[in-house]
Amino acid sequence: MGKLQASILKDLRLLLRDKVGLILMFGMPVLLVLVITSLQNNTFKIVNDHQIPMVIFNQDRLEVSLELENMLRESGMFKIQTDTEAVNTKELYNTMKDQDALVGLYIPQGFSKKLISNAQSLTDHTLSSLGVGDDLLQPIHSDKEELDVFYSPVLQESYRLAVEGALQSAMRIIQSRKMLNLIFYSLSESDMPEDLEQQMMNEGVKLNQQTLTSDGGGAIPNATQHNVPAWTIFAMFFMVTSLGSSLVREKQSGSFIRLKTMPGGYLTGVFSKQLVYVLVALLQVFVIFSIGIFIFPHIGLPALQLPDNIIMLLLVSVISGWCAVSYALCLGIFSSTEEQTNGFGAVSIVILAALGGILVPVFAMPDSFRIFTSISPLYWCLQSYYELFLDGGRWSEVLWTLLPVLAITGVLQLAAFTGLKKKNLI
Amino acid sequence: MGKIMKDALNIHDLHYYYRGADKPLISKLNLSVKMGCSFGLFGPNGAGKTTLISLIIGVLECQQGEICLMGKDLHKHRKSVRSKLGYVPQNLSFYEELSPIQNLQYFGAMMGLSPAKIASRTGELMKILGLEQVAKKPVKQFSGGMKRRVNLAIGVVHQPEVLFLDEPTVGVDVQTRHAIITYLRELNENGTTLFYTSHHLSEAQELCETIALMDDGKIIAEGNLNSILEDYRQNTLEQLFLKLTGKQYRD
Repeated sequence: MGKLQASILKDLRLLLRDKVGLILMFGMPVLLVLVITSLQNNTFKIVNDHQIPMVIFNQDRLEVSLELENMLRESGMFKIQTDTEAVNTKELYNTMKDQDALVGLYIPQGFSKKLISNAQSLTDHTLSSLGVGDDLLQPIHSDKEELDVFYSPVLQESYRLAVEGALQSAMRIIQSRKMLNLIFYSLSESDMPEDLEQQMMNEGVKLNQQTLTSDGGGAIPNATQHNVPAWTIFAMFFMVTSLGSSLVREKQSGSFIRLKTMPGGYLTGVFSKQLVYVLVALLQVFVIFSIGIFIFPHIGLPALQLPDNIIMLLLVSVISGWCAVSYALCLGIFSSTEEQTNGFGAVSIVILAALGGILVPVFAMPDSFRIFTSISPLYWCLQSYYELFLDGGRWSEVLWTLLPVLAITGVLQLAAFTGLKKKNLI
Repeated sequence: MGKIMKDALNIHDLHYYYRGADKPLISKLNLSVKMGCSFGLFGPNGAGKTTLISLIIGVLECQQGEICLMGKDLHKHRKSVRSKLGYVPQNLSFYEELSPIQNLQYFGAMMGLSPAKIASRTGELMKILGLEQVAKKPVKQFSGGMKRRVNLAIGVVHQPEVLFLDEPTVGVDVQTRHAIITYLRELNENGTTLFYTSHHLSEAQELCETIALMDDGKIIAEGNLNSILEDYRQNTLEQLFLKLTGKQYRD
């Protein structure tokens, strides 16, 4: 048995006996990726697939309010329930709560009448200014029609803005249609043909929506495509608790010193440890990605779609794993006790994960925080995976994001080697 | 004509400073140990024994002077010299999570032994040191005495020509001490040079034929144990020790 082979065997044996380390490296990330993806997927669904539950308290029940109800229903954005009974805010609140509604729309009595009256007034003034119609006009109504919108406290600001936009849009269409019909009637003394009305109302600018990727295709971004690579990186870096502790134990036991008295043993020892833990990182990728591919669809989550370039995926995983191993190596060498390496290691990984966009997307961070993202190795690893999973993954672009990962790995390796020298371990 | 004995160890004008210290821990130290002998190095705490052993086995870098092991400069012939020396540290330096067999497999391979050689040596050592019944159990389940025997087994797995032992019997019961000393004596009879340090002076007197007493980084007495005792008119090594190093606390 060669030295390297023996050293790898020893490190594997030690790893298999480290039950807590194995749970932290495999169990915890699997749990995290399942929980976080499920939560985020639900949010994605509210926006993309699910409709926002809305209760309409229609006290008007006339032409315009029924048209508004209909338009909101047809928009596909809301799941609408109607209620004509509620008369005060307490009753509104109770109905919304009973229906699990996030939005309540209160249409007061006389709403239709008021809107038609306002449209008529505006039409008369328009025709008068064109020299058609009556010169003796009443002033334009200042009494605007009103709608009350109630939001559930859990509804985020972005959704409120979306609801407001949908309501404003529907109201503008209704008002415009009314005015258009009134003007047409005044000029031709006949109703506007339905097809002409349809044509005029639908002449908006067409929006072609696409998700931009470097290869023009790629997987559709969803909670799975974001979370599986992100939490895999987190899992890789969390090996600090196992590898760091293992190094501290070896230093404390004097095994390193004993190796120093043997021909060439210590460098083989450090190399084999890195090799074993890079293999662990690849195993983490395999396990977590397999869960994303095979288990997620069975629990109502989108399946993970692997990028086409598997060689590049392997390269990104190996380099990210090596970076994580280098971080753990460095920490294990500079820590004096297992408590230090476990405590500092875990906390530092959570902080670096937060800075690196694993816990919170980088775009959602305040500007003052964003400048620190580039110091997190997890950020650069995540960018490499995102290039692959969400952006098509061209060689040149992925390699560009891998360069900082390699640079950080180099610095960590150098620091680890200096630490070994300084502590007289090699 | 008598047999000419080669030097196992030869130290010439050795100096060693710890960074920031105002005086050298070891200064102008000269020492030679003959091949095949059983040599004991003694001295009070802080005398510089552990530093000297660390320098000899290459754990610390020699700053000034020369250290030759089996006729070769340690720092110029690291690989060939290291494969012939064995080290049994005072701390239990092995993997407690692994069994004695797994520890010997690993350290044996690191010494460059073949798998067959490791297997045969492991079998021999488990038998000699009374570890056969527990050879496959994790060492962390062992008593202090059993752990000491594992520590010794790792140091001798490759059958070193020169064996350095730093307090090999500390914290063990009488039976284990007896077994270890008996085994060390056997090794010495079979040609292994022993370089031994301990605070158990009666045990040392039993094992060592030549000794050196060290104090304040210098060798203050060196030679055949019986001759030194005679020269200083003392009956035991302990009496000699106290006469030469005094009775004051050293740490």
